[in-house]
Amino acid sequence: MGNTITEKILMAHTDLKEIRAGQLINAKVDIALGNDITAPIAIKEFQKAGGKKVFDKNKVVLVLDHFTPNKDIDSAQQCKFVHEFAMEQQVTHFYEGGQVGIEHALLPEKGIVLPGDLVIGADSHTCTYGALGAFATGVGSTDLAAVMLTGELWFKVPQSMKFIIKGKMPKWVSGKDLILNIIGRIGVDGALYKAMEFAGETIGKLPMADRLSMANMAIEAGAKNGIFAPDAITKEYVEPRAKRPYKFYSSDADAVYSDTIEIDAGKLEPQVAFPHLPSNVKGVSKARNIKIDQALIGSCTNGRIEDLRIAAAILKKRKAASTVRLIVVPATPDIYKQAIKEGLIEIFMNADAVISPPSCGACLGGHLGILAEGERAVATTNRNFVGRMGHPQSEVYLASPAVAAASAILGRIASPEEL
Amino acid sequence: MILKGKVWKFGDNIDTDAIIPARYLTTSDPQELAKHCMEDADPAFITKMKPGDIIVGGENFGCGSSREHAPIAIKAAGVSCVVAKSFARIFYRNSFNMGLPIFESRELMGAIKDGDEISLDSAKGIITVTKGNKIFSSNSIPPFMEQLISDGGLMKHIGKKRKESRV
Ligand code: SF4
Repeated sequence: MGNTITEKILMAHTDLKEIRAGQLINAKVDIALGNDITAPIAIKEFQKAGGKKVFDKNKVVLVLDHFTPNKDIDSAQQCKFVHEFAMEQQVTHFYEGGQVGIEHALLPEKGIVLPGDLVIGADSHTCTYGALGAFATGVGSTDLAAVMLTGELWFKVPQSMKFIIKGKMPKWVSGKDLILNIIGRIGVDGALYKAMEFAGETIGKLPMADRLSMANMAIEAGAKNGIFAPDAITKEYVEPRAKRPYKFYSSDADAVYSDTIEIDAGKLEPQVAFPHLPSNVKGVSKARNIKIDQALIGSCTNGRIEDLRIAAAILKKRKAASTVRLIVVPATPDIYKQAIKEGLIEIFMNADAVISPPSCGACLGGHLGILAEGERAVATTNRNFVGRMGHPQSEVYLASPAVAAASAILGRIASPEEL
Repeated sequence: MILKGKVWKFGDNIDTDAIIPARYLTTSDPQELAKHCMEDADPAFITKMKPGDIIVGGENFGCGSSREHAPIAIKAAGVSCVVAKSFARIFYRNSFNMGLPIFESRELMGAIKDGDEISLDSAKGIITVTKGNKIFSSNSIPPFMEQLISDGGLMKHIGKKRKESRV
């Protein structure tokens, strides 16, 4: 009986010779991440436990991206606390001020997370790095504290679900639409405690940006991690960024899966998740008469340069409807610079968009784009729970950058086909 | 440990934004967080509930963010434990790591209404509805996780192990 890629990566971080789903293990961690919301609790726990030095200053990553640029005095205090800890510990990968990018866009971009790594992050979307062929999972602040202290953590080896994607994706259908469709099929707990492994001919051709969007939302199906077997596309992405060795793992032909689900991507249209669950998914053609007040293009799901290019291609020489606030958030400083270079920012500004600094702010209803009572947004983010982007009586519709851009122009949820 | 209290029922997929909305995450002070516990699911919850009360949820309780502020808010509000049909995995982990007792029971939800009193025997995994004396069993907890709870959470567990290895 063979092993899945998830099992193999986990096993490689223990002394075990054999590993099976369901087993409780203690494994060594390659990279541990915290942000301005979750790190303060972790640091306090670390200090309470008598921690003096983190286990490895090159392996702890701290990114102040959620309530930054500092929203108010409380968030400034949180950031200052993490800043002081990072300085005291001489943490190599500490990002604040103008170096801040949204963590899950920043870490892959900087080559901090690599294929074959075991990554934990005190942020649920840490699962994003599965796109690179790493085992990456979101944990809580206490887990982060434990890793900062010992470099190890307990895990339950998850069962794996296999998603085999076939068919040629139609124009305007992206990785975001694929993952929304999958969550719509299996539900927000459809992969609870499990690994979601994405495979099939469509995946083999899928660009890294799309893979990152898909792995990002594995948690929205309850999964522990999402994972793609690394291949030539992975190598092309990782090679220029990596500053340490990395390793490609893949599942054995006789690996065991709890479920195997086949999906024909050729039959998909752009997808929209209705409030208030990421699984309330319908085709965009069934979402046409929904007026919107805000369109948000950004976040760790869809704030990469590829996403901005798609949105700009649609918004070029057009304007957002006068009733819509269009907010564009380049996910990292490098993406921002590249967007300026390519003229995308100018296109957005000519379309009356507000350009936000790289920040989580609007995505989690923190700041820089909050919704009022009764307002509706289409967002390229990953969550549409009650109150997620502002007032508890506001609504969020999740979609791809293409749909968000077209919707901004028409003032209602729309497919780019309608333009 | 025997836990006894009145229950407050919530539905399926109670997410961390409902348990503690992100707008309050500019602090990690438990007492501050407690003031907004369950606010976007039931704004009146915090004024209605009494210390020792029990939250009963449906499927996938605690889904969404990894914020430990969610179990912290629940614990600091004085909720003695949470019983749900199933838990989202990060919430499940966080609760054990920080010492908020949680139990899985698929049947309890359908057998009670708001305000009913129940008691839980955590060692035996037995839930009793006081009125009518109905008894339900809860999922057994793996020994390692029982160890976490009896040590007082993950950090205390690690502290104990480190001390042992030094002797
Ligand atoms: S962009 Fe949104 S989902 Fe991503 S890390 Fe930030 S708050 Fe979380």
